[in-house]
Amino acid sequence: MKRGIGTTVLACGAGIGLWVLATLAWLAPGPAEATPTTREAKTGKAILAEQRRARGAYLARAANCMGCHTAQGGRAYAGGRSLSTPFGTFITPNITPDKAAGIGQWNEDDFWRAMHEGKSRDGRPLYPAFPYTEYTRVTREDADAIFAHLQALAPVPQKNPSSRINFPYDLQPLLSLWRMIYFKPGIFQPEPGKSAEWNRGAYLVQGLGHCSACHAERDPVGGIRETVGGEAAGGGQIMGTNWYAPSLNGRHEAGTTSWPLEEIIQLLTTGVSQRATTSGPMAEVVSQSLQFLTKADARAMAVYLKSLPESKPEPAASAPAHTEQVEAWLRQGARIYKKHCEDCHGASGEGASGIYPALAGNRAVTMNPPINAIRSVLNGGYPPSTAGNPRPYGMPPYAQLLSDVEVAQVLSYTRNAWGNRASLVTTPQVDKSRIGIH
Amino acid sequence: MAERMKPCTICHGTEDKAGRDAYYPRIAGKPKGYLFNQLRNFRDGRRYYPPMALLLATASDQYLLEMADYFATLKQPYPAPERIALSPGETRLAEKLIHQGDVARKIPACIECHGKQLMGTGPFIPGLLGLPRVYLIAQLGAWKSGGVIRGQTPDCMSDIAKQLTHDEINAVAAWLAARPADGSMDAAESLSVEMAKRCGSIVSGGTSQ
Repeated sequence: MKRGIGTTVLACGAGIGLWVLATLAWLAPGPAEATPTTREAKTGKAILAEQRRARGAYLARAANCMGCHTAQGGRAYAGGRSLSTPFGTFITPNITPDKAAGIGQWNEDDFWRAMHEGKSRDGRPLYPAFPYTEYTRVTREDADAIFAHLQALAPVPQKNPSSRINFPYDLQPLLSLWRMIYFKPGIFQPEPGKSAEWNRGAYLVQGLGHCSACHAERDPVGGIRETVGGEAAGGGQIMGTNWYAPSLNGRHEAGTTSWPLEEIIQLLTTGVSQRATTSGPMAEVVSQSLQFLTKADARAMAVYLKSLPESKPEPAASAPAHTEQVEAWLRQGARIYKKHCEDCHGASGEGASGIYPALAGNRAVTMNPPINAIRSVLNGGYPPSTAGNPRPYGMPPYAQLLSDVEVAQVLSYTRNAWGNRASLVTTPQVDKSRIGIH
Repeated sequence: MAERMKPCTICHGTEDKAGRDAYYPRIAGKPKGYLFNQLRNFRDGRRYYPPMALLLATASDQYLLEMADYFATLKQPYPAPERIALSPGETRLAEKLIHQGDVARKIPACIECHGKQLMGTGPFIPGLLGLPRVYLIAQLGAWKSGGVIRGQTPDCMSDIAKQLTHDEINAVAAWLAARPADGSMDAAESLSVEMAKRCGSIVSGGTSQ
């Protein structure tokens, strides 16, 4: 089955009753049995509407609508964030209820058409930078709740510039053709043989969470090629960025088959865990979305992710033969490691438990391509501040301190020390990663 | 907290700066409100400097406040002043602007806001001593060519820098960088009513969300 493009955000959620343990709380006892008078009936209706908006707010978090529909430092949901892709630069729209600048003139049906069919209010097909290819799995009930939440926001009269789509992708017939090939509308269908918890997790991952918008390999026109058990296989470089979103079922990437469930939940909701730390776009997702999940929803996602069939182990990607030249390169790397890295990550790459990640056996170090590791060294960064980890320890940036050659050497060393085996990092790879930093 | 601040101190630390460009400003001892505003400005893109924005992208306000508090109260020895030879003319030019300003061009004296000892004025105005000359020139140049903080109105510092000539900027930056500072000098406590009004966007706590 083929599914389609997408770079980022929006979201929706699920309310399929029984398994939504978490959301049951929102559906407090209705006023059905005690509303003989109009006044009481109105009150009951208002309470229900309020509950639906609150549920919509939660679902919008789970779907991280805000993530794309908010510019850096800008008003929430007022759009204006630009998403660079090979097809052009998309400027996210204002989805506050402003009548002129936002979606104040939309109704539930319009919103549903966007989420489910990927069409704008006037019927034009939308570009899958808006991940309707994933949101199409969201239920009508959840879409309506999200809409109710959005309509209750304060209108922001912020007009954003238009997206700049490159030729020939600006031709509508091409977009329609793309949709025919890669987009199949359809609400998530629970798998009868699986638990309610698993199905809730699948709904969140495949629909609202739109994880495969990033964690999937795309073909040159942005379509997602194949799926395993409904989940896109293979990781991929996130369009227009120097980040690689690892495969969610890859043994050498972000697969969690062998992880304790609690640790998966911890990574999703706090941004850090013993085996992995979130950074870059994933840190944003944790910060803006996943940390707000109910315990039951976070657990459901973890159950589903853990169940994904593990991809075949690949041979350690082109680890170098230890020629004299390679040895010399690695020795240089070891020297740099000793000077700049050892203090925190330890002489044997063992890290410092609960503070600094171990580098020995760390998939983020040995992953191919090595772009995330290069970015970490160049830019450093703090994992997200979350309720579970409000004051994270961080990694200093080395872009200003180390040359491209030195970064390549130290990473080559860490990728081939303490039992790690992976390809050498080259100077041009580091140089390329500096683009966009300064 | 020092351990948590390692990503900051790699550039803003006390270590000798050999081998890297001596650009990074001293942050220890600057007023807390100033530091907090700058951290938020970097994170949210109002003050444009990608290395800082990338570092802080997902840090909470609460954590940034804690960072600001840490560095505001951090006692760190001041480096020896840069050895810069100013001509008598340059010294006169710099000292006039720093102590008197130029009323005709609506340039207040630096000390009016940055304190008599040039160590800043709490809680939002930074000190000017202990900073590298190249950093001072870069900041004054940025204020002159537009503004350092996007969307800040009124932008008093930009209005002032636009009045300055390049010679004046160079002289003031060199004079400040060559000036010794030590831990016994304190930030001033309050601003004159007139300057508070003129720089309203700063003294009200800076840009807020």
